[in-house]
Amino acid sequence: MISISSIINIALRSLIVNKMRTFLAILGIIIGVGAVVTMVAVGSGASKKISQQIASIGSNLILILPGATTQGGLRMGHGTQQTLTFSDAEAIAKECPAVVSVAPVISGTAQVVFGNQNWSTGIMGTTPDMVIVREWEVVSGRFINEQDVRSGTKVAVIGQTVAEKLFGELEPIGKVIRIKKIPFEVVGLLEKKGQTFTGQDQDDIIYVPISTAQRTLFGQTLPGRVRLIYAKAADLESIQQATEQIRTLLRQRHRIGPNQEDDFTVMDLTQMLKAAEESTKTMSILLGAIASVSLLVGGIGIMNIMLVSVTERTREIGIRMAVGAKPKDIRMQFLIEALFLTTIGGLFGLLLGIAGSLIVSSIMQWPISISVFSALIAFVFSAFVGVFFGFYPAYKASILNPIEALRYE
Amino acid sequence: MPLIKIEKVTKIYRFGEQELKVLEDVSVEIEKGEFLCIMGPSGSGKSTFMNILGCLDTPTSGRYYLDSIDVSTFGANELAEIRNKKIGFVFQQFNLLPRATAVENVELPLIYAGVPYKERRERAKDMLAQVGLAERVNHYPKQLSGGQQQRVAIARALVNSPSIILADEPTGNLDSKSSLEIMEIFKRLNEEQGLTTIIVTHEPDIASFGRRQIRFLDGKIVCDSAVCTMEEKK
Repeated sequence: MISISSIINIALRSLIVNKMRTFLAILGIIIGVGAVVTMVAVGSGASKKISQQIASIGSNLILILPGATTQGGLRMGHGTQQTLTFSDAEAIAKECPAVVSVAPVISGTAQVVFGNQNWSTGIMGTTPDMVIVREWEVVSGRFINEQDVRSGTKVAVIGQTVAEKLFGELEPIGKVIRIKKIPFEVVGLLEKKGQTFTGQDQDDIIYVPISTAQRTLFGQTLPGRVRLIYAKAADLESIQQATEQIRTLLRQRHRIGPNQEDDFTVMDLTQMLKAAEESTKTMSILLGAIASVSLLVGGIGIMNIMLVSVTERTREIGIRMAVGAKPKDIRMQFLIEALFLTTIGGLFGLLLGIAGSLIVSSIMQWPISISVFSALIAFVFSAFVGVFFGFYPAYKASILNPIEALRYE
Repeated sequence: MPLIKIEKVTKIYRFGEQELKVLEDVSVEIEKGEFLCIMGPSGSGKSTFMNILGCLDTPTSGRYYLDSIDVSTFGANELAEIRNKKIGFVFQQFNLLPRATAVENVELPLIYAGVPYKERRERAKDMLAQVGLAERVNHYPKQLSGGQQQRVAIARALVNSPSIILADEPTGNLDSKSSLEIMEIFKRLNEEQGLTTIIVTHEPDIASFGRRQIRFLDGKIVCDSAVCTMEEKK
C-alpha cells in the first residue's frame, strides 16, 4: 500500500515544476474565495449596522403623530393640527395592554447658552418613561422624574453632542444653562446613541420635563397638546396588536366616525427597520451568490488545468502504471494536486477577503464583520471545489490504458 | 510447473465491426532462469504477446499462469500489483520520468510497493551501483547518456526483485557500443542471479544473446528453438 506522504510528495513536485501554470490556476480560486469572504462580510456588516440602528432607536418602538388636517380642500401634512393630547398619552398607557410604556413629547428648537458658549438644539419636553421607551441610559446624574413633571422644575438632561458643544471637557452635571434665556440646571447626561438611519444626530438634544416645556418654553395656544407620542410594545410580536389598540383607542377618544379618516398616524419604526434588515439580508445572499459564481469559475479553471496536465503527463502515468501504480494511486495523485491547488488558493483568498472586507468596512464605516464561520465555510468550500473539479481529470488519468499511455508522444 | 505457462492465448482487437486477431492460439512455457529472445516483424503480434506477458494487457481467451497464478482474468488493480512485484520492464525509449533524478526513478516501483522512504532510497542506490551508476545517483535523465539512461531503467526494473525482466527493444535507441554494454548487463544478471529475461528484438546480434529464441509471424509462433533463422521475411 502506497503511503499518503509519498502521494502528496509526488503531487507537490509536479506542481512546483509548472510554477506559472500553478499560480494561474490558483489565482481563480484566490479571487473566488476572496470575493465570497468579502461579500459575506459586507452583507453581514450592513445588517449589523441596521441592527445597531434598531437598537439605537429603541426596540419595538411605535410613533404616534398628530394627523393631517384638511382646510378648505387643502390636505396638510402630519402635525399641521395638534390633535394629540397629554391625556391621550396617559390613556394609551392605561388602556392599551400591549403597550408597556408611553412618553409624550413637546418639542421645539432653541438657542442654549452656557458661559460664553451657545448652541442651537432640539428641546424635548417629556415624561420619565422616555428613557424606557427609547432604551436610553443616563451615564451620569439622573433623568427627569415624576416630581419634575408634577412641579414643572427647570431641570435639563442633555445629550452627548450638546454636552460637548457647551461644556467641552467640563463636567456638565450641576451647571446652569439658559434655554431661551431661562436658567435650567443640568441634572443628567445621556449615553451616546449615534445617528439614526436617516443620518440625524440623536445626541444633539436636551430633555426637560414636559410640564416645564409647556409652561415656560413653548407656551402653546392649546394647552395639553403634544407634538408626538412615543410608545413601546411589550415585544416584537405584540407591535401589531399595540398599533391596533392605540388606533382604536384614539379613534374613540377623538370621536372619529366609522367613515372618517384618522386624525393621527401610528408608525411602527421597528417594523420599518426590520424590513430594511430583511432586504439587506437578501442583498447579502445575492452578493454571496454572485461571488460563489466566481469561485465556481475558479473551480472550472482548476479542472481545465488538471485536464491539460493529465493529457500532458499521459506518458508519466503510463510509466507509473507499468511499475505498479494502481488506478486509485493515480487518481489520488491528481486529486491531491487539485486539492492542494484549491486549498492554497483558499488560504490566499481568505487573506484577500479579509483585506477586502477591512477596506470596504472602513470606506462605508460599517462595523467589521468577518466571522470565523464564513472564513471556514469559504475555505472548506474551496477544498470541496478541488475535490469536485479535480475528480474528473483524476478519474480520466486513472482509467488510461497503460499500453496506450506508454506509447503516447 | 514452469514460471510462465501460456495456454491457447488469443487476442482480438475490435474496431467497430472489424475484428483483428493479433494472437491466435499461442501456447508457450518458459522456465525460471531462461534467457529468451522474441523476434518477428512488426504486426506479427510480438508486442501484444509482450504486453500480455507483462500483465499490461489480458488475453481475449486462453490462460496465462505466472508463478502458478492464473492472471488472465485479473482486473486493473490486481494486474498493477503483479507488475509491481513480479515484473520489471525495460523499454526502447527508456521511459524515465524526466523531472526525477536517477535514484528517484529507480525507487518508483518501491513507492507503489509501500516501502518506507529510507529503505527504498537505500535499495535504489544499491541497484544503481549494481548497474555501474553509483556516481550518477542524483543526475537527471537528460544529464545522462542513452546507455546510462537505459541502465537506470534496468535498475528500476530490478529494484523490487521481480521474477521476470521484460525488455522491449532495449537497444533500439542505442549505439552498438552501448547496446553491447546493456546486453552484457542482462547476460550477467541472468547468469549470476538466474533472473528470467525476455527480450524483444529484431536485431540478430542481440537475439544471439538468448539461449532460446521465439519467432512470431501473423499472430502465431513459427519457430521456437535455440536459434531461429532471421530470413523469414514477409
